[in-house]
Amino acid sequence: MECRLPFSLVVFCLVILSSTVRSELVISSVEKFVDLHSHIVRVVSFLKVENQGPYDVSEFVLAFPDAQAKNLATMLVIYLEEGKIIYSEFPINSTKPKLKQSNMTFYPVTLPKKLEKGKTAGLDVYVVLTNLLKPLPKEITQAESQLLVYTDNIYYTSPYHIRNQSIVFRLPGRIESYSEYSEMRLVESELRYGPFEEQPPFSYSPVVVHFENNNSFAVASNFVQEIEISHWGNVQVTEQYTIIHGGAHLKNGFSRIDYQANPSMSGASSFRTLVARLPPMSHSVYYRDEIGNISTSHLRGDSQGTQLEMELRFPMFGGWKISFSIGYSLPLHDFLFESDAGNNVLNITFGSSIEEIVVENQIVRVVLPQGSKDISVKSRFTTKKSQELKYSHLDIVGRPVVVLEKDNVVPEHKRYFQVYIYYKFNNIFLLGKAMMLILGIFLLFLICILYMHADLALSKTSSWEEETEGRK
Amino acid sequence: MATSKVEGSSSLRHAFGGVLSVFILLLIGVVAFSIRLFSVIKYESVIHEFDPYFNYRVTQFLSKNGIYDFWNWFDDRTWYPLGRVIGGTVYPGLTLTAGTMWKLANSLNIPLSVETVCVFTAPIFSAFAAWATYLLTKEVKGPGAGITAAAILAMVPSYISRSVAGSYDNEAVAIFALIFTFYLYIKTLNTGSLFYATLNSLAYFYMVCSWGGYTFIINLIPMHVLLCIVTGRYSSRLYIAYAPLVVLGTLLAALVPVVGFNAVMTSEHFGSFLVFIIIHVVALVYYIKGILTPRLFKVATTLVLTVGIAVCAVVVAILVALVASSPTKGWSGRSLSLLDPTYASKYIPIIASVSEHQPPTWPSYFMDINVLAFLVPAGIVACFLPLSDASSFAVLYLVTSVYFSGVMVRLMLVLAPAACIMSGIALSEAFGVLTRSMKFHITKYFECSHTEAPAKLGESTSTESSAPLENMTKSDTTEKPEVARKEKVARRKQKKEKELTENAHVKPVSAKKEKRPLVLPLEASIVSVFLLIVLGGLYVLHCVWAAAEAYSAPSIVLTSHSHDGLHVFDDFREAYAWLRHNTEVDDKVASWWDYGYQTTAMANRTVIVDNNTWNNTHIATVGTAMSSPEKAAWEIFNSLDVKYVLVVFGGLVGYPSDDINKFLWMVRIGGGVFPHIKEADYLKDGQYRVDAQATHTMLNCLMYKLSYYRFVETDGKGFDRVRRYEIGKKHFKLTHFEEVFTTHHWMVRIYKLKPQKNRIRGKSRKSKLGSKSTSSKSGGMTHKNPWN
Repeated sequence: MECRLPFSLVVFCLVILSSTVRSELVISSVEKFVDLHSHIVRVVSFLKVENQGPYDVSEFVLAFPDAQAKNLATMLVIYLEEGKIIYSEFPINSTKPKLKQSNMTFYPVTLPKKLEKGKTAGLDVYVVLTNLLKPLPKEITQAESQLLVYTDNIYYTSPYHIRNQSIVFRLPGRIESYSEYSEMRLVESELRYGPFEEQPPFSYSPVVVHFENNNSFAVASNFVQEIEISHWGNVQVTEQYTIIHGGAHLKNGFSRIDYQANPSMSGASSFRTLVARLPPMSHSVYYRDEIGNISTSHLRGDSQGTQLEMELRFPMFGGWKISFSIGYSLPLHDFLFESDAGNNVLNITFGSSIEEIVVENQIVRVVLPQGSKDISVKSRFTTKKSQELKYSHLDIVGRPVVVLEKDNVVPEHKRYFQVYIYYKFNNIFLLGKAMMLILGIFLLFLICILYMHADLALSKTSSWEEETEGRK
Repeated sequence: MATSKVEGSSSLRHAFGGVLSVFILLLIGVVAFSIRLFSVIKYESVIHEFDPYFNYRVTQFLSKNGIYDFWNWFDDRTWYPLGRVIGGTVYPGLTLTAGTMWKLANSLNIPLSVETVCVFTAPIFSAFAAWATYLLTKEVKGPGAGITAAAILAMVPSYISRSVAGSYDNEAVAIFALIFTFYLYIKTLNTGSLFYATLNSLAYFYMVCSWGGYTFIINLIPMHVLLCIVTGRYSSRLYIAYAPLVVLGTLLAALVPVVGFNAVMTSEHFGSFLVFIIIHVVALVYYIKGILTPRLFKVATTLVLTVGIAVCAVVVAILVALVASSPTKGWSGRSLSLLDPTYASKYIPIIASVSEHQPPTWPSYFMDINVLAFLVPAGIVACFLPLSDASSFAVLYLVTSVYFSGVMVRLMLVLAPAACIMSGIALSEAFGVLTRSMKFHITKYFECSHTEAPAKLGESTSTESSAPLENMTKSDTTEKPEVARKEKVARRKQKKEKELTENAHVKPVSAKKEKRPLVLPLEASIVSVFLLIVLGGLYVLHCVWAAAEAYSAPSIVLTSHSHDGLHVFDDFREAYAWLRHNTEVDDKVASWWDYGYQTTAMANRTVIVDNNTWNNTHIATVGTAMSSPEKAAWEIFNSLDVKYVLVVFGGLVGYPSDDINKFLWMVRIGGGVFPHIKEADYLKDGQYRVDAQATHTMLNCLMYKLSYYRFVETDGKGFDRVRRYEIGKKHFKLTHFEEVFTTHHWMVRIYKLKPQKNRIRGKSRKSKLGSKSTSSKSGGMTHKNPWN
């Protein structure tokens, strides 16, 4: 609310600036759904775009206020023409925001097919945002529920004129308070504003929802995944997490008696378990931290996948931190394929195996076998890439490690994004270490035999000893 | 034993026996290693107990920062605000060993974590210790006894209790070092080789690096030397075995920072120097005796004696005066409590408060050395038949270690190798006698059933090939000492044998005299062998049971079996993990000293006192705080910058070694330094109790309050499952502390010191109230005014 004045000023400038360029497109209707069930905000907007100008249009611009653009984890755009999915793409990481004004970020979307004049097309924009839910009050006691505030523009932020729009908030439970507008309806846990008719570009009016949300607020401030490939048929995955409860901080300490006596009332905002979905056929699973095993976990497996239910060392309250690591082995043939050019193709899924978690910084280290060559990485989104060497298990030249780093990773990354790593590897290297060991043991025996047969004494008889003994 | 039965030509037999011995020793090593893995299999690969956590932390530091930083390491995470110079106060042997192993593995690109190396150091060194025992016993009584002793030591429960995987304590490597030093001493004594003497001082150096128990060596070896001199067994070998050890060993020992000048300054080492002087005098006397005529020698003796005694008296008087002038008579408290078992409980409550410093009970002997307790006397007898330098050493080692084990439970560990050596000798000798008489009967049987010739041939071969076997004295039914002796002698150099004969240590002449040995009846020997095997089997069963059930628990994780399966109590690590992640890095945590090492290692937080109980006053301060009422305790803790107080409480689940049960030591140690804490205030009828009959002081002290805060709400009555009664004061509030964390089973409770309250007094109070109301008003205004 407090930024209303400068914001509208900028909007005003922008309208003048952009109206000449994009006035030919009009959004005939927008329906925006904001899902606030977890700490990840998922926004789906169904747009109908109409070309009213004299020319065909090949580009559509999505606009986000900076506060959202900064926390935009991923975006998916589906282009529909006459109800058919024509095209879907991932613009956020494939094209950098080209236009950037003071507090607005624009993402131009290249349409797969030019939108002819007078025609209408559908655009479904699926946006995943993080860090936008702010706890209010910032500190709660163990007995209180966690209340969150979500602020948004009641109108769809867009550089285009919008004829008809509405916004829907889907909430997990009780609503504490919300902005009052004339066109609004609250049905159970769904809060609907609109429809609003005929709004100019960059219309802005804030809407604030203050609601209860006790879902686990797990944020991994740091997540390092190491995938070690062995051509003997095994993939060893190690995942290290540092997890923070990102919700309202706990005040007045933690009382176990309250927590145990009345679990439903006390510690509603805390979470005790995290669930990791591991790939099918995972085996040799471990779950530990720097001071040893964590003895409380359950592992269930079926053909779809393996589910690891991890009970943390202590229940996580707001602001508390914990770190642990899990590891598992996978059969290699599920992940490694051979390409036409004789390359090995490693297909890995990017993202954390823990459900509903925001990863602030993820590092994936793929350790390829010793002797791999011509390594290239193909991913459908931008990551920081680098290469290093790792020495383990009697390595001599070291194993090449592909390091991928990415900020703000959400479960959607896991669902939609794959990383392909191409490399060449000669299987004869597999025998190298076995031969090395054989040679080593052979040499040991050889040295033993030589030592047993060699006479290292300087003289045959130990004359000095005899002399001294004789003197006695 | 097995080797001696192999038939065939002598050289082939020798080779085969050698290979078989190596193979058996290898298997013994494997047994020693793997019997200690129960803890890893049943629990996990984790460091155990208290002290190992400190060693682990030091090793981590060493592997991260290198050796030079290690020597200069000043640890500001413990003994706040004093800190501790780790590099100068720690026995570095264990950490350097593990650090070297880790570095070696990593330089070969074997990815082992420091923790893994630390966990498996003790089992690896137990295998080494078993091999060292083989060598030592071989020097004493031959390879048969050696292998038996090694096998027994590989699984002796007493040693297992200190060296299971994860028990990363000094003793883990020190026992190996101890046995190996003794082996090298005996080896030097038997060979008179300076090479072994040098090795011996190096082994002694390693022992000094590893464990404070090195004083046992530096007192035992002089005692043995003295014994040899007194019994007229002085020889140049004895001189070579002893003199270099004292000179080189003391020089090397002084290099270890923690020992330093103590190697020449403290009374523990005086014995060795005294014997060093004596052996030189004796050597001189022997030399002079050699160059003088007997009559002249007599004159010289009387002359020297009169002058010498006078000088000695003066020196001794000065020495005694010097030593007596120091308050502890130059002895450290722990050593003094060794000499006088009641010393610690009288004067040093800190030493007395450690359970492993208590004298053992008889059942603990049976638990820790089991059937060895019965075999040891037989072994002693065997050592006297005949008595050699080496076997007299074994006997002396046993006798002294029996005494020490009677003083402190902990030193049972020193007794274990001695008992194993003795039992190994006894078993080996017994088996030797029995199998030989069985063999004799069987040969005789063949003699009767077959023709005369082969029988005679067989007899002659047996007398030839295993001549020592046949030439047995049969004085004792079970003891057959000569065999080993003979075998050893046969393997030694000619001159050695000559010398031995000269010194009349062995009696090969007498052995040769008895052509027909005393032979036991076949049935009796078969039954005896069977019984011995049963005895050995029982021992193995007991050891495996002890390793699996009694000694494998890591003590930071507790388990209990209930009707619905295994229940794990992982409260300690829960609390430490919480501290590690949810407190500031520089926060200070106060707890009783037992948990100091674990807190620094697992929670990485600064502690006030820890298990290295070097500063009694500091510990007494914490003890006083714990036994004071809340306000006084708050003041003490606040003056120490303490932010969190950690107490261990077992009342909910029945964990007996909690802080309430240790409370008497807090009172006692605290009261020892701060007289306003009086033990009598806490006692009711001479007992510590926390039920309704408890004293007022007890029910208001901090420890009581922190332990039982809101405890009554669990079951409504406040029933303590450790003490088995309802607590005295059930409902109370904390004024200066607030609960911040309690673990799942309430075993660890962490409290935070409340911040100091603002001073509210008179006028300032009024204005404060006024400002408060205005602020609330203005707060109301802001809601209305959209511009603010």
